[in-house]
Amino acid sequence: MKPDVLVVGAGIVGAACAYALSRERLRVTVVDAAFAGGGTTAAGMGHIVVMDGSEAELALTAYGRSLWEELAPQLPRSCEDEACGTIWVAADEEELELVRAKARTYAAHGVPALQLDAARLAELEPNLRRGLAGGLLVPGDRVLYPPAAARWLLARARDLGAEVREGTPVERLETRSAGAVVNAAGVQAARLTPGLPIEPRKGQLVITDRHPGFVRHQLVELGYLKSAHGEAAESVAFNVQPRATGQLLIGSSREYAGLDATLNRPLRDAMLRRALEFLPGLSRLSAIRTWTGFRPATPDKLPLIGRHSSGVFVAAGHEGLGITTAPATGALLADLLLGRPPAIDPRPYDVMRFAHD
Amino acid sequence: MRRYLRHRGDRLRQVSGDPICDPAQTETLAAERLAAGRPVLRRSVGGEPRGVLCAMGVCFECRIGPEQRRACMEPVESRLSDRVAGALAEAISAVPEAPPYDLAVIGAGPAGIAAACAAAESGKRVALLDEGLAPGGQIWRGGRVPPAWRERLERSGVVSLDRATVFDLQPGFAVQAERAGEPLQLKASALVLATGARELFLPFPGWTLPNVVGVGAVQALLKAGLSFRDRRVVLAGSGPLLLPVAALLAEDGADVALVAEQSAPVDVARFARSLWRWPGKLVEAARHRLSFPAARYRPGVWVVEALGDSRVREAVLTDGERVFRERADILGVSFGLLPNTELGELIGCELEAGALRVGARQETSVPGVFAAGEPTGVGGAELAAVEGFVAGFAAAGREAPVALLRRRESLRAFSRLLASAFHPRPELRALARPDTLLCRCEDVPLSALEPSWGARQAKLAARFGMGACQGRTCGPAARFLFGWEGDSVRSPVKPASIGSLVGAHPGRAL
Repeated sequence: MKPDVLVVGAGIVGAACAYALSRERLRVTVVDAAFAGGGTTAAGMGHIVVMDGSEAELALTAYGRSLWEELAPQLPRSCEDEACGTIWVAADEEELELVRAKARTYAAHGVPALQLDAARLAELEPNLRRGLAGGLLVPGDRVLYPPAAARWLLARARDLGAEVREGTPVERLETRSAGAVVNAAGVQAARLTPGLPIEPRKGQLVITDRHPGFVRHQLVELGYLKSAHGEAAESVAFNVQPRATGQLLIGSSREYAGLDATLNRPLRDAMLRRALEFLPGLSRLSAIRTWTGFRPATPDKLPLIGRHSSGVFVAAGHEGLGITTAPATGALLADLLLGRPPAIDPRPYDVMRFAHD
Repeated sequence: MRRYLRHRGDRLRQVSGDPICDPAQTETLAAERLAAGRPVLRRSVGGEPRGVLCAMGVCFECRIGPEQRRACMEPVESRLSDRVAGALAEAISAVPEAPPYDLAVIGAGPAGIAAACAAAESGKRVALLDEGLAPGGQIWRGGRVPPAWRERLERSGVVSLDRATVFDLQPGFAVQAERAGEPLQLKASALVLATGARELFLPFPGWTLPNVVGVGAVQALLKAGLSFRDRRVVLAGSGPLLLPVAALLAEDGADVALVAEQSAPVDVARFARSLWRWPGKLVEAARHRLSFPAARYRPGVWVVEALGDSRVREAVLTDGERVFRERADILGVSFGLLPNTELGELIGCELEAGALRVGARQETSVPGVFAAGEPTGVGGAELAAVEGFVAGFAAAGREAPVALLRRRESLRAFSRLLASAFHPRPELRALARPDTLLCRCEDVPLSALEPSWGARQAKLAARFGMGACQGRTCGPAARFLFGWEGDSVRSPVKPASIGSLVGAHPGRAL
């Protein structure tokens, strides 16, 4: 029997869509070329973070975070969910001014955030170098392990009757194979739906051995947004995450390099040097692995969520925010697919918004 | 020969079951701790006591201290024998930021020393890097490099860099290492990979108990100054290491209770009958075999479980029909040797049957990269040295003497014989129980894994192979158990500090 919806891609976004659609009592089939959560999902940090790069980004990330909060009590230990919060670190007085502006933005959108002076920052994160100006603590942000979270979402979808077929590559999308098709193929989405403005934006991460307590919050420099939203061919930003295992995940880098997964050592080293500027003690900690991954990036840094053409929907192009916004994407997509008014304004994520250019 | 002393009763805590000797005579922290009757070096992720397993820097089970250094590779600085201490001081003071080398040789066992000498004697500027405290590799560990070789190496002008863990290679070639916690980088026009072999460990209930160690690990610990005098040792597993290690133990005064070779008696007998073609090997084998009572060598017997509390107390073995127990203070177990191919894979060398593929001049598939010894296929020290010479000559742009090439062919035939005589029996696939840990770094039990997965999926789904050893221990076991191929090799191929990765000297401004 034909499923109501065929979801292509079992990354975190496809998994969240499958879960959301299954909850609507739709018969869902999910296919993935390899295995669930093994692509971009496995390469990401798993930082659930409210980002204020734009109104639309803030709306979607805050919505996503609130849905993760609801799911949190159910998440098994393997998902390594920790509500550790984010500290946006301000290096100098100029950045502290940005912190104040950021705090006002968050307050205006009902996102709790706490300004930190230099002393309080040092108290919360004693391994940060002395002389930093302060920061902004966003206590509601969290961290989880994305591949496990993707598998968990799929398992919930399965409980509701969804079918998951791994090791099933898709050559092209045919609308007669299901009532509706959802292209959630991430960096591969444009291959299946030609014309989608999605380009791989490579990133690299380094993980350390277990050094519990070295940092306690996800630490991100204020300049991160510049790296994420800038157009530079290559950029790095200080972004260090404490894992539930006691390991530290060190990021982040961005570059356009097609789908070449080779380690870019100079860029990785620039990224590590940036991290060392903030956390000099990292120098002595043992790095056990480096990897690369591809963020599905769009020109305006916002994902494509909604209807593409008759019977074809898209949920892709989340760049670095797929983990945070996956549940919001699923909810939004289900609403759009069922013709209901969504919880947030869907227009900024309209799949066809670039079609007129 | 060795320098361990009789017990100095009042200085030592006599703990029953531990190998006791004077810790002051040991060269590595691991040997020192074992000598002092403290085999538990750390707690695993799941809280289990863990001690030394491989004793040669591969498994990362013996990590200690805030920087997670490997106890088996760390010198007991204050008590290093003069010879090793001298070599170490000299090595540390050697200036690594020298002009580019013609050749960097990685690994200073017989293959690496031979390659370095051959190239240096041909007028090339050669750096020889090794993880150990002094040149020698596993076979000549602890200052056992034969005098003639040592003198030759000293005369050759080779710059020998000990305690250097190479974690990255880049085309050109750039070599990145960590040396006593500090970054070391050098450039070389050619590479010889002489990275040796490691032991194959297969999981069985109790294999994570302290004092269950590799067979080669027993040898490494002996060579690091640990004595097993009056300790009851059971060796079990497979391959040509069992007998020489048993002989060393007997010579050391250990009570070698049993040497269990899992290969069938018929295969072992066929192997012994073929040895006449290599008279030297035959004599060696006979000498090893006669060093302890004949009844204690039992082919067709394998270990099924290790029993104990915070350390092993008993080994459970079987011949396929009868199951019996042997009391053991130390259980040495391994199922053969595996080529260390990671650095070759990192730089793009092709593999063949799990080893680096090389041509007649020991050249790999990557121009300028040569390989010699165990990484090209396990064949023992003599073959390694011959291959090393050939590689060193080739890297220096010279032809190797024909006699050397002939010798190589004869020794390779021996290595093929070894491979055909000793291979793990299928019964070993059934030893692990659902709760037996397969991945020791992350404490992943058999029950957490689906045989239909691959290595990468197991990594993401169950943290299998995600730890500090980077799958060096569990990866080959999973290949044997499930047929999984390893995940890709990436820099750093061994854990290194963040400072070493970026080449920053701690304490200096970046």
